[in-house]
Amino acid sequence: MTNATTPAARIPNGSPFELNSAALLPVEEFRAFILNGSDRGGRICALFGYPERDVVEVMVVLALDHQGTLEIARTRVDRSYKALTPELPQAHWFEREIAEQWGVRPDGHPWLKPIRFHRPWRAQLSESAQVTSAIEPGVTDYFRVEGDDIHDVAVGPVHAGVIEPGHFRFQCHGETVLHLEIELGYQHRGIEAVMAGYHAALPFDPGRRVIPYMETAAGDTTIGHVTAHATLIEGLYGIEPPPRAHSIRAIALELERLANHTGDLGALAGDVGYLPTASFCGRLRGDFLNATAMLCGNRFGRNLVIPGGVRHDLTDAVIERLRKHVAATWRDTKDAVDLLWNTPSVMARFEDTGRVTAADADRLGWVGPAARACGVVRDVRYDLPWGRYRDAPIRPISERSGDVLARALVRRHEIERSTAFILDELTHLPAGPVRVALTPHREANDMRDRAAVALIEGWRGEICHVALTGQDGRIRTYKIVDPSFHNWFALAMSLRNQQISDFPLCNKSFNLSYCGHDL
Amino acid sequence: MTPSTMWIGPLCGLLFAPLLPGVINRVKAFFAGRRGQPILQAYHDLFKLVRKGVVYSETSGGVFRFAPYLTLSAVILALFLMPMSGMRAPLSFQGDFLLMVYLLGIARFAMVLAALDTGSSFEGMGASREVQFSALAEPCLLVGLLFLSAHSGRVGLSDILGRITAGSWQDMPAMLALLGSAWFILLLAENARIPVDDPNTHLELTMIHEVMILDTSGPDFGAMLYAAALKLWIFGALLLNLILPLGPPSPWVQIPFFVIGMLSIAVTVGVVESIMARLRLLMVPKLLIGATALVTTALIMKMAVR
Repeated sequence: MTNATTPAARIPNGSPFELNSAALLPVEEFRAFILNGSDRGGRICALFGYPERDVVEVMVVLALDHQGTLEIARTRVDRSYKALTPELPQAHWFEREIAEQWGVRPDGHPWLKPIRFHRPWRAQLSESAQVTSAIEPGVTDYFRVEGDDIHDVAVGPVHAGVIEPGHFRFQCHGETVLHLEIELGYQHRGIEAVMAGYHAALPFDPGRRVIPYMETAAGDTTIGHVTAHATLIEGLYGIEPPPRAHSIRAIALELERLANHTGDLGALAGDVGYLPTASFCGRLRGDFLNATAMLCGNRFGRNLVIPGGVRHDLTDAVIERLRKHVAATWRDTKDAVDLLWNTPSVMARFEDTGRVTAADADRLGWVGPAARACGVVRDVRYDLPWGRYRDAPIRPISERSGDVLARALVRRHEIERSTAFILDELTHLPAGPVRVALTPHREANDMRDRAAVALIEGWRGEICHVALTGQDGRIRTYKIVDPSFHNWFALAMSLRNQQISDFPLCNKSFNLSYCGHDL
Repeated sequence: MTPSTMWIGPLCGLLFAPLLPGVINRVKAFFAGRRGQPILQAYHDLFKLVRKGVVYSETSGGVFRFAPYLTLSAVILALFLMPMSGMRAPLSFQGDFLLMVYLLGIARFAMVLAALDTGSSFEGMGASREVQFSALAEPCLLVGLLFLSAHSGRVGLSDILGRITAGSWQDMPAMLALLGSAWFILLLAENARIPVDDPNTHLELTMIHEVMILDTSGPDFGAMLYAAALKLWIFGALLLNLILPLGPPSPWVQIPFFVIGMLSIAVTVGVVESIMARLRLLMVPKLLIGATALVTTALIMKMAVR
């Protein structure tokens, strides 16, 4: 079987591994490994480069959801290599990222252009003459459709609402969109780069406010990203947080899902001009955020999760208050949300708008509710569970139709399931401490050349954090893959042959993060 | 009826039209569980806007500058052609209903030209939608007026609308109901209300009316807002002539009834906006063609009965 010949490291989610145990393959074998992995039902969680002496090392993290394992392999490339994208379209965004960051050209990539519009990180390239001119976000070639009746509509980066910046270029024939191209990068802050040199067990370095950076990698996914980070650090240092900490983290993560899903359903209602649900859900999202504030004093869950556990314990009084609050908010949410399904004009608007197919979801590697809404069932909480979900995995919701209605339905059902999970957890919260000290159990020498991968199912989908340590035991490379990185292209696909007036509704049904993508 | 009382209706319109959006917003706020903006908000906005300066983009020319006032003048003129509360309009002559329809057409034409003059793709898109939908909405208004003309045997707006009485509803309830429902749809469509347009949205790509005046500012924008309120008043008055035929006891009884009727229409619009979502843009033509079909059915029935 192929498994026997797989040269890669196979690890469960969150476990550390020696960097050398992840086979270093020649480029051809590396490509074959990824393509073969895809045939076996694997998908790319992360594909990224990092400097290794004079060349660039590329690491791939494949998730085999049905086997519940991750596979890791590496290769070394210099100036160019044969692109994966023509055979494996889900690599397209990753390969553009590698090309932009490290100046490595994926030969045969069909649409190679910048993703975040920054200078290459590879020192010798950065100083060379060819990139001395200023790099302006959004200034690049755009896909063009020729014809007398074709017109371009450019939207953004500044939008009418108070939202993040992104540039959208529509190729339209009348009201029909032939193609939508999305340019991001305006929010690039360099979060990954600032992580290099970080050592969680060493004294706090005030210049690197790591936890705040992680909490704001995508501001609406605070718990998701910081849990991924904490899980990763715990994996690297061989620490297991106490069960009570795992439970509190899971409660916080599900509350984040509740708040965002509720807000999204309200926003979907608002976009079709259906007032009651829009107004009620706006308030109810606030109620779920207030529940998070009961955990830690902050509505977005800042300052709760830290490597080693959580910062705040829950008293019995708070648990009781929280349970009543969540149960009451769920009752109101159910009423407000079900109004959508009882209003024919709303259903007519949602149905068959922005339809995407399971085949595309699979080929392009989408994650989260966007994938589940077209029948591609992948949910880290179930496939590759971590923390509390190892004992209490949440069964994924899925729908088939892949339209706005399906994405709304998935959210509606996930709200129900997450509420049940939270109420259950609050009833059976394990006793004991909520954190352990972050002292490596291993000798400092053992921290060299290690790596770990943590996958978390945030409300938007799979969050992947990867860290590699260097010779000194400090982090040398930190990679973050927000679910938006996988899913922005899903929005573009959903607009094909749709009415341009349906764009806001489609956009809201994915509700992707700009800053999570741009990092 | 003295000539001076004829002016009361249109003057009420000039004075009270900005009240209508205020009422609609309050009704929507009530359904949303909010208190909502002051009922007089539109007046505050208008006073604010006339005191402000204007910003013109470099790509816009003269058309953009005079269009708001052409729109406003055409709508005001149309207002004076519209009979209200059972009284004749101050301006009336044989065939004036065509003039009213085309005055509203001129108002729209000026707005569309101004939108195109900005050179913005958003405004161009809004203009294209406005023209497409109005081409389908105009027959609904015209055929409806034709039906009333056939009913009354006259061709003056004041005459044909004046012939509708409580008795007409007993004679031909089905036909008038068809016409009334079609004209209510027309009122929603012509005034950029849900389910055709969403006056509250900030999403340029989905807008029709709002997107055409995105670049308009200051007093120009005030003129556009005021014209929109007056247009709502005109369509409300048209509908009210049909469904609340006020006989001639005395102007001082009719006028309050008329104003209350107008406010009730605003409340109804607010309720419709609160309980249903906006239609997909592709469905709007079907709605308008449907409305035209309703009035055409009424006309055919009228011909068959005769």
